[in-house]
Amino acid sequence: MIEKREKAKSRTSTHKENKYSLFSLAKNAVSKHKNWSQAWRSPELKPEYDIVVIGAGGHGLATAYYLAKEHGSKNIAVIDKGWLGGGNTGRNTTIIRSNYMWDESAGIYEHSLKLWETLSHELNFNTMFSQRGVLTLAHTEHELKEMTRRVEAIRLNGIDSEVLSPRAIKQIVPIIDINPQLRYPVMGGFIQRRGGTARHDAVAWGYARAADQLGVDIIQNCEVTGFNIKKGAITGVKTVKGEIKANKVGCVVAGHAGVVAEMAGFRLPIDSRPLQALVSEPIKPILDTVIMSNSVHMYVSQSDKGELVLGAGADSYNSYSQRGSLNIIEGMLAAAVELFPVFSRLRMLRSWGGIVDTCPDASPIISKTPVKNLYFNCGWGTGGFKATPGSGHVFADLIAKDEPNSIAAPFSLDRFVGGYLIDEHGAAGVAH
Amino acid sequence: MSSQRFRLREAGRLDRNAPLKFKFDGKIYEGFRGDTLASALLANGVHLVGRSFKYHRPRGHLGVGAVEANALIQVGEGNSTEPNIRASQVEIYDGLVASSQNRWPSLLFDLGGVNDLLGGLIPAGFYYKTFMWPRKWWMKYEYFIRRAAGLGKAPTGRDPDRYEKMHAHCDVLIVGAGPAGLAAALAASKTGARVIIADDQQTFGGSLNRETDCYINDKTTVDWCKDVVATLEGLPDVTMLPNTTVSGYYEQNYLTLLETTKPHFFKSTIQQTRHRLWKVRVKQVILATGMIERPLVFANNDRPGIMLSSAIREYINKYGVTPGQNPLIFTNNDDAYRTALTMRQNNINVVAIVDVRENPDSELFRQAKEMQIPVHVGFAVVTTRGYSRIKSATIMKLSSNGKTLTGERKVLGCDCLAMSGGWNPAIHLFSQSGGKVKWNDELATFIPSEATQNVLTIGGCNGTADLAKSLKEGLQAGISAARLSGNKAHPPATPSVQEPVQSETRFVLPIPTQKNKFVSEKVFIDFQNDVTLSDIQLASREGYNSVEHLKRYTTVGMGTDQGKTSNVNALMLLSQILDCEPEQVGYTTFRPPYAPTTIGAYAGRNIGNLFSPVRTTAINPWHEEAGAKFEHVGQWMRAWYYPKVNETMRQAVDREVTAARTNIGILDASTLGKIDIQGPDAAEFLNRVYTNAWLKLPPGTSRYGLMLKEDGMVMDDGVTTCIKENHYHMTTTTGGAASVLEWLEEWLQTEWPNLKVYLTSVTEQWAVAAICGPKSRELLQELCTDIDLSDKAFPFMGYREGTVAGIKARIFRISFTGELSFEINVPRSYGLSLWEKLLDVGKKYEICPYGTEAMHVLRAEKGFIIVGQETDGTVTPVDLGMDWIISKTKPDFIGKRALSRRDIIKADRKQLVGLLADNATDILPEGSQIVEEVLPKPPMSMIGHVTSSYFSPNCGRPIAMALIKSGRDRMGQTVYIPLKNKSIAATITNVNFLDNVSK
Ligand SMILES: Cc1cc2nc3c(=O)[nH]c(=O)nc-3n(C[C@H](O)[C@H](O)[C@H](O)COP(=O)(O)OP(=O)(O)OC[C@H]3O[C@@H](n4cnc5c(N)ncnc54)[C@H](O)[C@@H]3O)c2cc1C
Repeated sequence: MIEKREKAKSRTSTHKENKYSLFSLAKNAVSKHKNWSQAWRSPELKPEYDIVVIGAGGHGLATAYYLAKEHGSKNIAVIDKGWLGGGNTGRNTTIIRSNYMWDESAGIYEHSLKLWETLSHELNFNTMFSQRGVLTLAHTEHELKEMTRRVEAIRLNGIDSEVLSPRAIKQIVPIIDINPQLRYPVMGGFIQRRGGTARHDAVAWGYARAADQLGVDIIQNCEVTGFNIKKGAITGVKTVKGEIKANKVGCVVAGHAGVVAEMAGFRLPIDSRPLQALVSEPIKPILDTVIMSNSVHMYVSQSDKGELVLGAGADSYNSYSQRGSLNIIEGMLAAAVELFPVFSRLRMLRSWGGIVDTCPDASPIISKTPVKNLYFNCGWGTGGFKATPGSGHVFADLIAKDEPNSIAAPFSLDRFVGGYLIDEHGAAGVAH
Repeated sequence: MSSQRFRLREAGRLDRNAPLKFKFDGKIYEGFRGDTLASALLANGVHLVGRSFKYHRPRGHLGVGAVEANALIQVGEGNSTEPNIRASQVEIYDGLVASSQNRWPSLLFDLGGVNDLLGGLIPAGFYYKTFMWPRKWWMKYEYFIRRAAGLGKAPTGRDPDRYEKMHAHCDVLIVGAGPAGLAAALAASKTGARVIIADDQQTFGGSLNRETDCYINDKTTVDWCKDVVATLEGLPDVTMLPNTTVSGYYEQNYLTLLETTKPHFFKSTIQQTRHRLWKVRVKQVILATGMIERPLVFANNDRPGIMLSSAIREYINKYGVTPGQNPLIFTNNDDAYRTALTMRQNNINVVAIVDVRENPDSELFRQAKEMQIPVHVGFAVVTTRGYSRIKSATIMKLSSNGKTLTGERKVLGCDCLAMSGGWNPAIHLFSQSGGKVKWNDELATFIPSEATQNVLTIGGCNGTADLAKSLKEGLQAGISAARLSGNKAHPPATPSVQEPVQSETRFVLPIPTQKNKFVSEKVFIDFQNDVTLSDIQLASREGYNSVEHLKRYTTVGMGTDQGKTSNVNALMLLSQILDCEPEQVGYTTFRPPYAPTTIGAYAGRNIGNLFSPVRTTAINPWHEEAGAKFEHVGQWMRAWYYPKVNETMRQAVDREVTAARTNIGILDASTLGKIDIQGPDAAEFLNRVYTNAWLKLPPGTSRYGLMLKEDGMVMDDGVTTCIKENHYHMTTTTGGAASVLEWLEEWLQTEWPNLKVYLTSVTEQWAVAAICGPKSRELLQELCTDIDLSDKAFPFMGYREGTVAGIKARIFRISFTGELSFEINVPRSYGLSLWEKLLDVGKKYEICPYGTEAMHVLRAEKGFIIVGQETDGTVTPVDLGMDWIISKTKPDFIGKRALSRRDIIKADRKQLVGLLADNATDILPEGSQIVEEVLPKPPMSMIGHVTSSYFSPNCGRPIAMALIKSGRDRMGQTVYIPLKNKSIAATITNVNFLDNVSK
């Protein structure tokens, strides 16, 4: 009902502004912002699409955008069971970096980071990609050695990273406690200066708006309940709003990947678990970099609004309820106070959880499936926000060509058959 | 110093004999004990206390308690300062220092105020549309945006206070000690149920504290409260927690309560517990959280002096303060009349009541008339004036549909405005519990509907406005909760109640604004985040029509008050714009905590030394005394090396390594994980979890084993010994002890429940001294006479029990160094004495203690692996050159299938090899990467990395181990290690350096 009225409204409106700029903002200020067009339409579901993308998270929306833009695909729908961007995209702590150890990971995440660097312009939507640096700490002899391995691999892959002494760290992060008497003293660290954060909602909205402008239909509140499969090939999708025919279907549903795969009759090597995050009340800037620590298990950044954004590891049990357990929060806040004593008197404002989809090797799946013309993109687990542009880009390529490109190829489902795993566990205990 | 001009002569319940002085923005003011910062400032006529987040508009006090959106204050200084504290939640004490936030240079003149004039340019979400030019300038814009944002300031150093945690169980937890909550407590407690009742205020009573026009059993409400509290205090199973906010509601009726234990007025120099975080498991929760008053939505509704009507009543009746001498009342319901009447009774000149209802008809209305308070019915306040405080309000007549204004403008002078827009039940915790809410048309708000946990809602929280009904619901809920949690109960008598009867509310939202060509007046929905009516309209126009999109795009409800006063108004407006029912618009999810909660309280005592326990061995005191350097290994602190005076690490390690090969070295090996395995299926179990054969291991012997994950990758290693039939002693790596036990239990409990095997961690039960070197047998022989230690009687991989230095011991003849060695296990409490004895007697053999570094070198000299160093979760036994340990005949073991997979049997996998730098002085950095060809600059393709690297005194040169692609096929090949400033050439060799590298 809401949608119908909206449609009626959007049909009647004219002279809408759909290019964002300082000029258009000023012009619209004069007309009291009455002439902005809708960021995206709320179209009716059509009975048939060439390509249906399931999941209007960042990855799904990006996929649709690149399909429309780079592969000239027309007649695409992105469908979501809730509101667009309401999954992990709108719940994550937005750390972006490409300093992964394995070549395959460096490949996809660096591809993504390069796209981040021009994304706001690409989408004409400010995603607030802030290259404030991501600093990873080492607290034991063993971590220092692991760090050398990772830093050297990153360097030889041509990706930026810089090793820092505790003193240099203190200079970048004056509020950190580098007292050598700490339970796990800061012994060193390394920073990727091109890494940072972005505004998660803006990423979903920016891609949604840009995809919509290219004619992609974004259908919200439209849960997928099953598939139509004939002779091993996909022919359509069943949804709560009815059945749709589709030639190709890309599935990007993160924590629900296992559930949706089951609808198509196969299983995925995916664990779904709650991952929590929280923010403090907003305060004046005290932390200009993203800090991550494995031994003192937590990571933190300060948003542009002034809130400290904190996270740690996932809950240890499987669940689809977007709520985690309290002990995780207690652990991450103790870790935070341990490293940043001034946090103690600040206050937690909100905490929440999302369902993360993790593979046994902590790397994603970008792949064809046992069902022809059905493709899956999932398994990003605790760290897929940073991959949003890159993941959408290579997944669009896979859907369009029915063949993975060299960046996506290592992440095929087939690796679980052959055993060529890309194990990112060891490389990052807190993998964001 | 200013006098308390707005203090009433009589009203209020504070200690007027205890005047206190405090500072706000550098100025000294006076208040009384019992005042909050807000009431004391109001007593001094101070309304302007803050600036808003975005437009930096002057702001005053809006409400009382957790609902306050405006009056956020920086309290205290230095280490103990706290930002963003609601002025109404700080009790004042002598010497309190507080200041306003987010303004520059001063509160009265704030440069940020230009944003208010720029308002047109910076509507909701403007930042998504701009700051993109010139390209790459975002970081520059961001710098300024960051500095403009944020509210108060963080403390400057370590928190001087302390925090505690408390675990509790109870039958009934009552949240909120207003009339409903107190009635519930009374009823439940009389049944013998264990009851906890918590309230965030210092005095129990909730809304009763602000009312003077109600009577319960012919007593004033305050007296009734006192009686109930006295009764409850006398009951042994009732825990009363004032100053306690119930903050989180988790699964299985698990709730968190934050108790403030250090009263604000008590300033002390000793470290004290400031908050106690209660974690309570409850059979039945009763939510009596009351209602929150809703602001009215009209132009310039945010000026200092515009307050919620109920808050004003509370200031008068509880604190004896009037927020103004010439108040104006603006309402859509009867309740605000009570504020007017209370003011009149205190001889305050009420300017007028402006009531949007066309023909209000109630006892309260008549009383107001009788008291000659002017009432403008069918009128609305359409705008206000005043900078640091409201000066006047303009009122006009509303059309009958409430959508337009008619007639003349009237300007009414006033110094404060009490507004009341209706009431919202505080359903936050109910929603956190997973309960569903539904829209109620009469109240125009959401109320609880279906619960998913054992929780009852009563009184205001349930949407019940009148006192008699709330008390009744309370009593009933108390009884049924007690019953549900297993206590017998009879319903108590319902008290008699006198209270004003209230009539209907008329919801006019928003109040229409007058068209004004020159300035667009702002109509605020969310005060703290400066979200206006036009922001909501804009968001909807742009398609942000889901409540969650609306919230995120406009930031409505995302301030530190989490939208307590704004959410319902916002979604009612959205439903109007979309022309649908509010029910269809829905509600955003409430997220814990209910109100912002001190981070230190969650950390509790688990910081500093208690952040993570430090594990040390029984022999640790000796290491410390010997001046050992320590290394973190998981939670353990292990002796790393024992430098003598003026010795470098390298010198010390060389000495220790040499001693172990020439005489005797002694290592504290107590940290190795140890698991006692018993049961008739123990051998079968080991056979499944290790890659090699275990069914025929005779008692008195040991075997080395590798454990794989399902994917065929090495997970842990260790020696397991058959103590006797069906009884084994497993060792694991130090770091892997806990995860291996968890892994084994998981298999036993979930995959092989039919196996009769019992696992017990005994890591801490045994102290282990490992002696190693050619003379170790001689030494042991001196201390152990009941075992034949000869090679024949006690061969390699043998196990014996006997007495060493008079202590019953388990001796394992195993070796991690390639030398003759014995690992002597004794009960932990004997560890130190065994160690000292061995050293004492060992003197004549030139025994030398060695640490973990020497241990690493010794094993590397022989090419033995360390799990976690040579492996990283991607390495198979075959990659390690340990094919010999994989049984070809066993039907199955964990990881077996994986080892035969396509990519696991490929020849170009990374394989473990030795690496010798061509220049015999170069020590390759551990972790450095290996290439076939050095390019002038990255990227370069890597073929492997250095896993271990040491100087080996026994080989007389540095040695290294590495994982290299097809490494075993490359023996003798030269590869390169490109470091930042230079490249090192090295040759690939066998890993057994000691036997292959000539000195
Ligand atoms: C607390 C938290 C912190 C995180 N921190 C970081 C971080 O700092 N850095 C980082 O890089 N990553 C982080 N992540 C991970 C990151 O958020 C995700 O990997 C990424 O956002 C996944 O994007 P997506 O588009 O694949 O999934 P989502 O955004 O979850 O989108 C999936 C969509 O599928 C829809 N859907 C599900 N089932 C159906 C169905 N049956 N029919 C139709 N639609 C369906 C859902 O409604 C949802 O909108 C974090 C995650 C969480 C939970």
